Amino acid sequence: MDFLQPFADVYTLDHIKFLLEGFWVTLKVAAISIVLSFIIGGLIGTLRYTKIPVVTQLLTAIVEIIRNLPLLLIIFFTYFALPEIGIEMKITTAAIAALTVFESAMISEIIRSGLNSIEKGQIEAARASGLNYTQTLRYIVLPQALRRMVPPLVSQFISLLKDTCLAVVIALPDLLHNGQIIYAQKESYVIPVMVMVSLMYFIVNYILSLVARRLEIKQS
Amino acid sequence: MEYFLEGLRVTVLTSLIALLCSFILGTIIAVMRIAPIKPLNWLGSIYVEFIRNIPVLVVVFFTYLAGSFSGMVAGTIGLTIYTAAFISEAIRAGILSVPKGQMEAARSTGLCYGQAMRLIILPQAIKIVIPPLGNQFLNLVKNSSLLAVVAGGDLMYQGDLISAMTYVTFDTYIFVALFYLVLTIPLSIGVGYLEKRLARSN
Repeated sequence: MDFLQPFADVYTLDHIKFLLEGFWVTLKVAAISIVLSFIIGGLIGTLRYTKIPVVTQLLTAIVEIIRNLPLLLIIFFTYFALPEIGIEMKITTAAIAALTVFESAMISEIIRSGLNSIEKGQIEAARASGLNYTQTLRYIVLPQALRRMVPPLVSQFISLLKDTCLAVVIALPDLLHNGQIIYAQKESYVIPVMVMVSLMYFIVNYILSLVARRLEIKQS
Repeated sequence: MEYFLEGLRVTVLTSLIALLCSFILGTIIAVMRIAPIKPLNWLGSIYVEFIRNIPVLVVVFFTYLAGSFSGMVAGTIGLTIYTAAFISEAIRAGILSVPKGQMEAARSTGLCYGQAMRLIILPQAIKIVIPPLGNQFLNLVKNSSLLAVVAGGDLMYQGDLISAMTYVTFDTYIFVALFYLVLTIPLSIGVGYLEKRLARSN
């Protein structure tokens, strides 16, 4: 049972605690980013939906560019390239900023298609009954659209949680980073550590994906 | 410039290889999950659920550190393992969208399960599968940037090299971004077009 020895060496209370500390950082960064990108993405998505000339086209172009870039590039850019033009950030701030920029673009797309999924007839009916544009948006379109947006938003949160680990490239002390520190001690630690790290990600994300699925079934 | 072109070559090559391999692996897993054999169903489901819920970087690190491959090979294997889970979901949805009567009719004319799947069901499923497959390819091109973390020699990696050598980070990364956009924007327009066409044909 020699191959089990590394597992026994790695799965000590101290190591698990260290990994959980990293996971806490992951969750915190992900939570802050999701809140920020929900606000920014919501704003952008609504602005794109309302079709204000120039603004809508400009935002669409920006969103398309960001959505089509690798997140890793955006993280590198935020941390390494922005200081060159005088914008310097700490690691955690840079990670949150990069994730927010990327996820805002993704979320704005969810918000926009959610708003677009409301039938035109409803808007016309609301306008005909005397509501103005903002009232229609607030009382008729948004409440229905929001319900439809919840499942894709939860899925987006799952991918954000997974994407947070990309910030190891700028040494954010998250779950994967702490895992790296442990397996740097000994080569045989690699597999046990990676198994544990994957399990931690899996448990949280799996629960979230079950929630997303439950919500989807409820709607249909 | 040579560095960039070399990186572009590696990015395109690994994305294409990973797409092909994960299409094959994904089809096998999708059929496993649908086949009327319970243990195979479970195995397929466990694979998909597990891989889909862990970060792709973890998968890539795992293949890089656990095996003795070069960064490029390990990265391609990692991307394949990860993408196959998503592609198998798309293919499964495609197979399930083919009416059940087709399978029953094929079986009653004397084809075995494997033949019916291969000759009757899969060709019909492919139409529905193509747009999500395009989306996965788009993700794959973006995810291939992870090769940079395991020294895979891709576009991102070359960009890092250049910025480390010249100390010009801002312009270098903008340049890398442009290269990625040249690859991804046409893809995303193409996928959008296919999705619209599919929606119309239904």
